[in-house]
Amino acid sequence: MSSFEIFWERFSTPGTLKSVLTGLQNTAAIAVFGLILGFLIGCIIATVKIIPSQNIFVTILKRLADAYIAVFRGTPMMVQLLLLHFAVFIGVNIPPVAEVSLIFGLNSGAYMAEIMRSGINSVDKGQMEAARSLGLSYFTAMIRVVLPQAVKNAVPTIGNEFISLLKETSIVSVIGLADITRAFKAIADSTFEYFIPYIALALIYFVLVMIISLIIKLIERRLKKSEKR
Amino acid sequence: MKNGNAAKIKPQKIKGQKFIKTQVTPVEPCDPNAMIEVQHLTKSYGDLKVLSDINEKIFQGEKIAIIGPSGGGKSTFLRCLNVLEDPTDGYVFFEGNNLCNLKVNINVQRRRMGMVFQQFNLFNNLTVLKNITLAPVRIGLQDLRAAQRKNFFIRFKNLFKSTNKKMPLLPVQKTAKEIKSEARENAITLLQRIGLADKCNVYPSTLSGGQRQRIAIVRALAMNPKVMLFDEPTSALDPEMVGEVLQLIKQLADDGMTMVIVTHEMGFAREVATRVLFMADGKIAEQGSPQQIFQNPQSDRLKDFLSKVL
Ligand SMILES: Nc1ncnc2c1ncn2[C@@H]1O[C@H](COP(=O)(O)OP(=O)(O)O)[C@@H](O)[C@H]1O
Ligand SMILES: [Mg+2]
Repeated sequence: MSSFEIFWERFSTPGTLKSVLTGLQNTAAIAVFGLILGFLIGCIIATVKIIPSQNIFVTILKRLADAYIAVFRGTPMMVQLLLLHFAVFIGVNIPPVAEVSLIFGLNSGAYMAEIMRSGINSVDKGQMEAARSLGLSYFTAMIRVVLPQAVKNAVPTIGNEFISLLKETSIVSVIGLADITRAFKAIADSTFEYFIPYIALALIYFVLVMIISLIIKLIERRLKKSEKR
Repeated sequence: MKNGNAAKIKPQKIKGQKFIKTQVTPVEPCDPNAMIEVQHLTKSYGDLKVLSDINEKIFQGEKIAIIGPSGGGKSTFLRCLNVLEDPTDGYVFFEGNNLCNLKVNINVQRRRMGMVFQQFNLFNNLTVLKNITLAPVRIGLQDLRAAQRKNFFIRFKNLFKSTNKKMPLLPVQKTAKEIKSEARENAITLLQRIGLADKCNVYPSTLSGGQRQRIAIVRALAMNPKVMLFDEPTSALDPEMVGEVLQLIKQLADDGMTMVIVTHEMGFAREVATRVLFMADGKIAEQGSPQQIFQNPQSDRLKDFLSKVL
């Protein structure tokens, strides 16, 4: 039997197919929920970081935001995963996928904060001023006027963040979570054939990344059009 | 005081008032007749003093034109009037409220002060209609929710009071739906007035400069302001569009709107203004009626300036 036949025989058993599908589902779920959570955290942290106020409470918040960004950007994702899973969330009873999504969201939030901050800075100052001059509060102006434009400007960068987030989820197998990488590793380990399963795995990630890139492009085009109507 | 060194003046402490650290000049009582009163207004950017110790009053119905050389502090002065720019020292009163007092809710005060910018600053992410209705709707809903919250507590307290001691509920006149539809109707009326009702659902980027600026003006009008502040409303426009914008501003003036206009359109200032302020080097160097300023300038600075622009 050729290497491919060995792989295929193993792959096409119902049990393996099911584990591959579950793995794909878990990988996608972690990436998507991580992105959403990271995006929300990023928006909040970025907004906090640019509040123009000398208020002591705000200053403390800003310091905390700085610390959060420094810690999560300054340490490897793998280390964060191991530490948070085995030492911090240890007694906490939530589904593993939710827990890992949370960890990835926390990590992504630190990067998203910087992305959103530069997105916000790319919005003309006059937009905030016009909103404030009408009597809208800083936060209303931020949410209704500045952030939508910031997000729009940041869409390509957010897309890149999503892509790297997706690829980085492949490390979750170290804590025993059944993602797509783990499913293919199981095939490789049980057949002692490594080349074909891992090439297939690489192909799956590659296709996923291509799909995301395509979606980002469509969103960008759509956003451009909406302004020209 | 030793050796004549000026002692460091402490920020003032008055109940109900709080100021930023640099505001050390004592607050004087404001003129109850003035719509806007500026006391000892000073603004510095680092070492650069842009406004120095300006005192001025603006009364209901006045149309003030501010003219002067570029960099003279006109925009900064205007932006201090609704504290988009925090004064370094001195105070701005609007209808008796000290806008520099951090305890005064600046958002509530700004609702009644419209502002129009040189660069229009329409919200790029919103359609023309939404540009106009955003503030009335958001602020209407905020007030509604605040009233509902308060009424909830009043009802709760009333549970423990005898019938004759019950506190009255705050009036809630409009539902959220009514606030929205009213804002919408008002916006459409305003757009009809400037002949742009058909542009309701387009985004600002598709409009000409003149159209954008007229929409920016009605956006400010949608809040029913008591005073309008214009910062060079026609300076970013192509020449053929200046007229339509000035015409709209003139209509507002004729309707009795109090306004402060920074402008380089001397003909317009002469025609519309009831008072002209000439600003140079961070001071109001000269002021008077349009006739006085344009026909009988006193200072050399003003004569020099007029000889260049007229
Ligand atoms: N944000 C700022 N930071 C530093 N300097 C500023 C700032 N805004 C204005 N200035 C300076 O203040 C001076 C007055 O500016 P401005 O009020 O815009 O004048 P005008 O509107 O009369 O042309 C200028 O010298 C300008 O460079
Ligand atoms: Mg200016």
